[in-house]
Amino acid sequence: MTAEAAAEPLNFPFKEAAHQRESALFGMWIFLATEVLFFGGMFTAYTVYRYSHWQAFQEAARHQEWYLGCLNTLVLLTSGFTMALAVECARRGNRGWLLGLLTITWVLGAAFLGIEGYEYHSKFGEHLVPGSGFHFDGTDPGGSELFFVLYFTMTGMHMFHMFVGLMLILFFGVWTRFSPRETAMPNRFEVLGLYWAFVDIVWLFLYPLFYLVHPR
Amino acid sequence: MTLPPDPKSISTVNYLNEEKTVASWFFTHDHKRIALLYLASITFFFLLGGVAAMLMRIELIHPRGELFTSTTYNKLFTLHGVIMVWFFLIPSIPNVLGNFLIPMMIGARDMAFPRLNLISWYVFMLGGLFAVFAILVGGVDTGWTFYTPYSSTYSNSWVIAMAVGIFINGFSSIFTGLNFIVTVHKLRAPGMTWFRLPLFVWTLYSTSLIFVLATPVLAITLTLVALERGFGIGIFDPRIGGDPLLFQHLFWFYSHPAVYIMVLPAMGVISELIAAFARNRVFGYNFVVYASLGIAFLGFLVWGHHMFVSGQSVYAGMIFSLLSFFVAIPSAIKVFNWTATLYKGSITFDTPLLYALGFIALFTIGGMTGLMLASLAVDVHVTATYFVVAHFHYIMVGGAVMAYLGGIHYWFPKITGRMYPETLARWAAIILFIGFNLTFFPMFILGYMGMPRRYHVYPEEFQMLNFISTIGTPVLGIGYLLPLIYLGWASFFGRLAGPNPWNATGLEWQTPSPPPKENFAEIPVVTTEPYAYHLLPEAAGIHQETHDR
Repeated sequence: MTAEAAAEPLNFPFKEAAHQRESALFGMWIFLATEVLFFGGMFTAYTVYRYSHWQAFQEAARHQEWYLGCLNTLVLLTSGFTMALAVECARRGNRGWLLGLLTITWVLGAAFLGIEGYEYHSKFGEHLVPGSGFHFDGTDPGGSELFFVLYFTMTGMHMFHMFVGLMLILFFGVWTRFSPRETAMPNRFEVLGLYWAFVDIVWLFLYPLFYLVHPR
Repeated sequence: MTLPPDPKSISTVNYLNEEKTVASWFFTHDHKRIALLYLASITFFFLLGGVAAMLMRIELIHPRGELFTSTTYNKLFTLHGVIMVWFFLIPSIPNVLGNFLIPMMIGARDMAFPRLNLISWYVFMLGGLFAVFAILVGGVDTGWTFYTPYSSTYSNSWVIAMAVGIFINGFSSIFTGLNFIVTVHKLRAPGMTWFRLPLFVWTLYSTSLIFVLATPVLAITLTLVALERGFGIGIFDPRIGGDPLLFQHLFWFYSHPAVYIMVLPAMGVISELIAAFARNRVFGYNFVVYASLGIAFLGFLVWGHHMFVSGQSVYAGMIFSLLSFFVAIPSAIKVFNWTATLYKGSITFDTPLLYALGFIALFTIGGMTGLMLASLAVDVHVTATYFVVAHFHYIMVGGAVMAYLGGIHYWFPKITGRMYPETLARWAAIILFIGFNLTFFPMFILGYMGMPRRYHVYPEEFQMLNFISTIGTPVLGIGYLLPLIYLGWASFFGRLAGPNPWNATGLEWQTPSPPPKENFAEIPVVTTEPYAYHLLPEAAGIHQETHDR
């Protein structure tokens, strides 16, 4: 069944595959709307403090390793691409490609977390973690501390979402691998793909805000 | 939890008696059973929050406050606020009546995501567990608003545990709202067009929009407070240039819309009750629909009216004041349309209608005083006084709880298959109304005279009014306990109700009482508007005598 579309088994109360698929995707879109508002609170805080401490924010952003941010953007967008292909393979019932692409996505996602973890580690060494040990030489150390509070909170929340995504990929992947060949779950992967794309998009906003907002 | 009625007296197999094991309740995917799980849980939380309120009122009999220390009193009003807002009022009508009725009203067999519906209850209970834990190990003294920097730095109480509880509780709201929205969009029966939806469904749809768009902002706000408190990384900390006012903005961006989460479903219940007991079409159905959506929309634009005296810019204050006045327009449309629906109706003063009339009276008082609070100059005088306390209790308790009880009585025959004792219920509704006004009306005067909220020591000249208010509390308490007792009794021993004891329109009344597990043997096809009372045989005078009481 490589060429034709795979269909999900029907769950109560649905009686038609298309109806169930639409509803599942619609539900995910609404969930993503809540996620936008969740991150929106932090973006509001960023906007407010960027306005009141713009100089401190520039100094702190200049301190960031911009090449790590670039590398992470590359890694994450590639994982978004492989995820999109995986969703398409799931819809076509192409299990071999699906599992392969999921593996690549998972490895890329894990690499993102690794690079980010390295960045966190080096921040510890440089006393840039907010709290009593924080130290930053600048015109407005408090404002720079706020920058790093936001950096750790926002990328931390983003990484938490990445982690959840990786767990879901692992779970659905292993589950697909060990279930009979006929049981395809295309809706599940489509919903997961939407979630993964959302996580990508959040990063596309975080990356300029934390690495690029300073004049060279 | 309502247990299944005696199977000998009800021959049909229904959702209550189909399966009897404990597991069949705790792992059910049936929206009706989940509604009853919620009913049991929120009744527990209501009693918990009510006991705290009673203790506060007892304390306030005496101007010097000799029963509790100030800290204990602070913890009592925090407990009362947190439990009543997040663990009773917000889930009350949506999760009990909404869960039970939305699929039935739109002609569906269940919610779009039945498993998610059950998960939302477990998430709710987990959040409740954290809240109860925070109360048992020592309580929280910040007030339900958790203002920084007190909550993040200075308070010496269990703020993080309580914040975690509310955070988790928020996911229950989000799951419920998501489920409602998808269900209303995707599972309407053939012929059930958007403008044939019962108004109760429309208000819950509007409420769900607020659930999914406002709740995540509360989640992130409380997360930031917990991070600041737990790790000392001060995002709202003025010492490093952070802004405590930002917390208030974020908090009220959720918590003002949350007020409409509480009152919109109540308005939906009232629309159903008025139509059924006036035997009339709802006057200006479309206007009521747009008013619901309008309230949900405007609710997001008025949060700044909580911060008129917090150092917010005066221009922001003026705009927020104006926008707050706008909320009065859709609210007034609803009140006038209910009144017009009653006009020339053939009214029967059964218990649900008594609650509905009580709602209209108290909601109008609450709404009008809301306009006073939205006026900048008046607000400066009455901010953080008992005037505010009285105002929002008229909306929350006089409005939302009245409607909740009215709805519980109205749909009780559908939920249990039995009738409640009518005479007793009417007396309970009247006692509740008297007790409510006795408790809360004096607070308007107290607040206007300048008594601040959240103090348990006050000047002696305020004692008389405080005394009257405290006298009202046991009356109010009896008004709440009576329904608990006779509804509990009637769910086992009440006389059988039959499918449609009120002769009401609406798909939920086309099913047997209690309904079977999947609601409809066959999905109904809808051909008329929702409140087609003019098309019933009685409208032609055929069954007129059955309604002359």
